[in-house]
Amino acid sequence: MHRIPLRLMRYPVLATPQSRKAALSLLSPEPAKPMAINIDRTAKQLVLTVQDYSLFVSNAVANLFRPPRYWPEFLVQSDIIGVGSTSIVLLSGFFTGGVLALQSAATLSAFGATAITGRFVSLTMIRELGPVLTGVMVSGRNASSMASELGSMVVTEQIDAMRALGVDPMRKLVTPRLFACISMLFFLTIVADAFGILGGGIVTIFMNNQNGTQYFSTAWEALRYPDIIQGLVKPLFSGFIIASIGCFYGMRTTGGTEGVGRSTIQAVVTASVLIIFVDFLLTQVLLTLFT
Amino acid sequence: MNEPPVFAQSAQDPAPATEATPVVAFRNVSIAFDGPPVLQDVSFSVAPGETRILLGPAGVGKSVLLKLVNGLLRPDQGSIELFGQDISQMPEAKLFPLRTRTGMVFQEGALFDSLTVRDNVAYQLIGERVPYDEIDSRVREALRFVQLEQTFDLYPGSLSGGMKRRVAIARALIHQPELLLYDSPTGGLDPITSTTIVELIVKERDVYRTPSLLVTHRLQDAFTMCTHRFDTEQNRMVPLPTGDTDPNTTFLMLEEGRLIFDGSLHDILHTDNKFVREFLE
Repeated sequence: MHRIPLRLMRYPVLATPQSRKAALSLLSPEPAKPMAINIDRTAKQLVLTVQDYSLFVSNAVANLFRPPRYWPEFLVQSDIIGVGSTSIVLLSGFFTGGVLALQSAATLSAFGATAITGRFVSLTMIRELGPVLTGVMVSGRNASSMASELGSMVVTEQIDAMRALGVDPMRKLVTPRLFACISMLFFLTIVADAFGILGGGIVTIFMNNQNGTQYFSTAWEALRYPDIIQGLVKPLFSGFIIASIGCFYGMRTTGGTEGVGRSTIQAVVTASVLIIFVDFLLTQVLLTLFT
Repeated sequence: MNEPPVFAQSAQDPAPATEATPVVAFRNVSIAFDGPPVLQDVSFSVAPGETRILLGPAGVGKSVLLKLVNGLLRPDQGSIELFGQDISQMPEAKLFPLRTRTGMVFQEGALFDSLTVRDNVAYQLIGERVPYDEIDSRVREALRFVQLEQTFDLYPGSLSGGMKRRVAIARALIHQPELLLYDSPTGGLDPITSTTIVELIVKERDVYRTPSLLVTHRLQDAFTMCTHRFDTEQNRMVPLPTGDTDPNTTFLMLEEGRLIFDGSLHDILHTDNKFVREFLE
């Protein structure tokens, strides 16, 4: 049986690419054809990355249930992620709601159903667009900042210095970011939903020249608890994806400043795609549950 | 070629402490990443009160060896004892308390650039919830030791390379460590700043007698440490009488991952090892 080096297993977060390659070479000692080698290695690299990520997030989550806990860092990160992202979430929500109202009114008027514009906007924002847009916007802002901040700390040996000073970087840096991101995304999604409906309302009243009371009353009356639950469960997953992916790519950065750039790109791309993919899965599951 | 000077151990200093239980003990340690081993079958020890200078050209595995000492890296083979405990298989969580008993100075200082000098130096004390007043007084004391008290409220970004190293030394010293690890503390610095750093290391060695392991490829720094002592009355480093050396400052040398030399300044200057002689020349 091939053995992955103990060093790699015990501290997967900081395992170097060299040790990862060593582990891969242990997994594939037999020579193979060039093309097969590429497919083989890519597949194993993927499995190894998923394994590292799983260990990384399980460690980060477990840290919440054992001391020491760094509450001041949690508050600082909540401020950076929550308060810092409010403006972009607010604006993107507002204009998305406005666009929805414009587009839906144009389509609904063909059926003489412009009266349900409010219902259409509120359901779309709360169930789908609010959570996804907030996730993607916060991912662009915070997954990148987490990856670049932690990546810079890795390449300048600040993470090693922290460990040498007897402080666990997973507890001090990763766990507070993870839980701050989850909790803040929940509230940011509510802000995006609210401003989306407001944006739709303003477009409906001032551009489509429709009745505002009708818009807001249909928007309110159409909502059911399952819709709200759907909309508020998704950001919990998005927040988890943003912080865990951002920190994961940041902590495994190698290759100096160029490596920091690479980690940042990987973090944003992976987090954004995963948010949409997980949203798809969650929608399917939640629709099944609430139907 | 000139004959190397004959060095004797300084009569002013106590006898070498090599008989006592070692603070650090490497036994047949090997580590590899991708490709050939970085370190192979390395064995040595650091005794209480002893300063060991690890020499070798760039890329020979010196920094890797230093990171193995406090468990920042794990060996593939062999055992490493730190303060009498085997750390080669020790879980990361158990290593943190042990690491707080060591101080490490990184190659580029590795200061936290989002924190002030005060918060950098006090990093461990803040984590231990030491009262603010005590933190401030201890930080000022540590900064006074490295003659940088005026940088208390500055951020690392506004410090020069040499100042960053000195702050890093203050950070390593504030917790009164039982072992100091220096990773190329003078690397990339001008000669005057290098001498200031070496003076601080000699001061730490002679005033507090903390055992240490110093990595460098600069022979002049290593020899200065061996041939000088810190005079507390004059508050500066002074040369030992001609021919004397510090008995507790000894040398290790690496070549392609293997430890090829372990001995005193006298030994290294009179060794027959071809690589050592080439390195010295």
